[in-house]
Amino acid sequence: MAGLELLSDQGYRVDGRRAGELRKIQARMGVFAQADGSAYIEQGNTKALAVVYGPHEIRGSRARALPDRALVNCQYSSATFSTGERKRRPHGDRKSCEMGLQLRQTFEAAILTQLHPRSQIDIYVLQADGGTYAACVNAATLAVLDAGIPMRDFVCACSAGFVDGTALADLSHVEEAAGGPQLALALLPASGQIALLEMDARLHEDHLERVLEAAAQAARDVHTLLDRVVRQHVREASILLGD
Amino acid sequence: MASVTLSEAEKVYIVHGVQEDLRVDGRGREDYRCVEVETDVVSNTSGSARVKLGHTDILVGVKAEMGTPKLEKPNEGYLEFFVDCSASATPEFEGRGGDDLGTEIANTLYRIFNNKSSVDLKTLCISPREHCWVLYVDVLLLECGGNLFDAISIAVKAALFNTRIPRVRVLEDEEGSKDIELSDDPYDCIRLSVENVPCIVTLCKIGYRHVVDATLQEEACSLASLLVSVTSKGVVTCMRKVGKGSLDPESIFEMMETGKRVGKVLHASLQSVVHKEESLGPKRQKVGFLG
Repeated sequence: MAGLELLSDQGYRVDGRRAGELRKIQARMGVFAQADGSAYIEQGNTKALAVVYGPHEIRGSRARALPDRALVNCQYSSATFSTGERKRRPHGDRKSCEMGLQLRQTFEAAILTQLHPRSQIDIYVLQADGGTYAACVNAATLAVLDAGIPMRDFVCACSAGFVDGTALADLSHVEEAAGGPQLALALLPASGQIALLEMDARLHEDHLERVLEAAAQAARDVHTLLDRVVRQHVREASILLGD
Repeated sequence: MASVTLSEAEKVYIVHGVQEDLRVDGRGREDYRCVEVETDVVSNTSGSARVKLGHTDILVGVKAEMGTPKLEKPNEGYLEFFVDCSASATPEFEGRGGDDLGTEIANTLYRIFNNKSSVDLKTLCISPREHCWVLYVDVLLLECGGNLFDAISIAVKAALFNTRIPRVRVLEDEEGSKDIELSDDPYDCIRLSVENVPCIVTLCKIGYRHVVDATLQEEACSLASLLVSVTSKGVVTCMRKVGKGSLDPESIFEMMETGKRVGKVLHASLQSVVHKEESLGPKRQKVGFLG
């Protein structure tokens, strides 16, 4: 975009952040009482809601049941009023299906599915504002924890980009629309294992390590925040229970 | 609709309670659950509202876009409704499962707004036969705890109240081609008058009596319901019977009277809440889902 500098000479981005700085994150668990687990997260202007049902019996054909582990089923839908231009179909289009498959891949790596054979775990994510994969994964992690489903570790996700020789962490919509390389990373922080890694556009392999490190560091920062949210939630719940 | 399984004993308990004007959660037959309404929750819409009625959670976003007026009404804009029953309400709504319910609710919304007085569509006209504002009202059903129609109509009314449509001017130059100019001030906008926007009151017949604002359990005990769409003055714009049971004409008249009475009170409360929220101005603390 001519005339719009993604990174100024002093090292400030369009919204005033530094290269490695995250947007403001606010999160809450247990938003809906009727679902098994639910969570809401706001990362800057991106708002994501995740709802988890399960583990429960397989819905639909019994033939899909796996004898030794649980089936993880994810659906991603974005509200029609979320993007600048009104979106016609909330889900069912290619991008939403692909996002659902990516979420499924991410969470199959993290959830201990061997503990619930022949059952199904549904994760439904809703974006109430234009945004990315990272907010969905973070919201879904909190929702799965709220549902009490055992996981190997938190799954923390963050996006990263590369502009003018500097790696930027946590891209906003403006930075994504500019068309540079974008990396989406989902990390299990304790072990440092990567659950999902996806990159768009061209990036020279010499720069890949720097961008990856920026995304990983940002994901670890997200982990600190999510950990605090979970502890706060557990503290409130135990106060209410009178422990 | 999200279903809940009840035993026969629980159903009998609910029916007998309703007979005595005492429901399971202590309400009377004509009492609503605690309703939370908040407007302006979604940033990139022209207007939005979130309504939480017990366990029912609805989010409505209104987007104003320019379009051409319909052929039979060249001096008016129009409203388009879309209802998305998201899978977060219940796993049965996954994929296309929620489409039936969504279409039914959208059609009901079209019916209740299909009269001259609900919304003044002439204010939405920019230039006759060429340009007009089209308001896309998108309803998102997040959680289903019974009494969907009421909650959705309250949310739609609050969102329409919150809608701010930018003021435009049509400039005509010498060759006759028209150009549309947006006003420079971002706060210069037209607001819709929602005085006559109706709200739906659902009356469920349980046993020999009827209740307002039924929960999922109470809906499971009821065989027939009446949807009445009432304006703030008590004028009925639409009426529909739903459910697999049948109603006798006397019940219908009683239910309609109750609907009008309850509807007027509902409108008065909603007006006071949204006006109070508006009077707090742009510095108001927005709670959204974090509260």
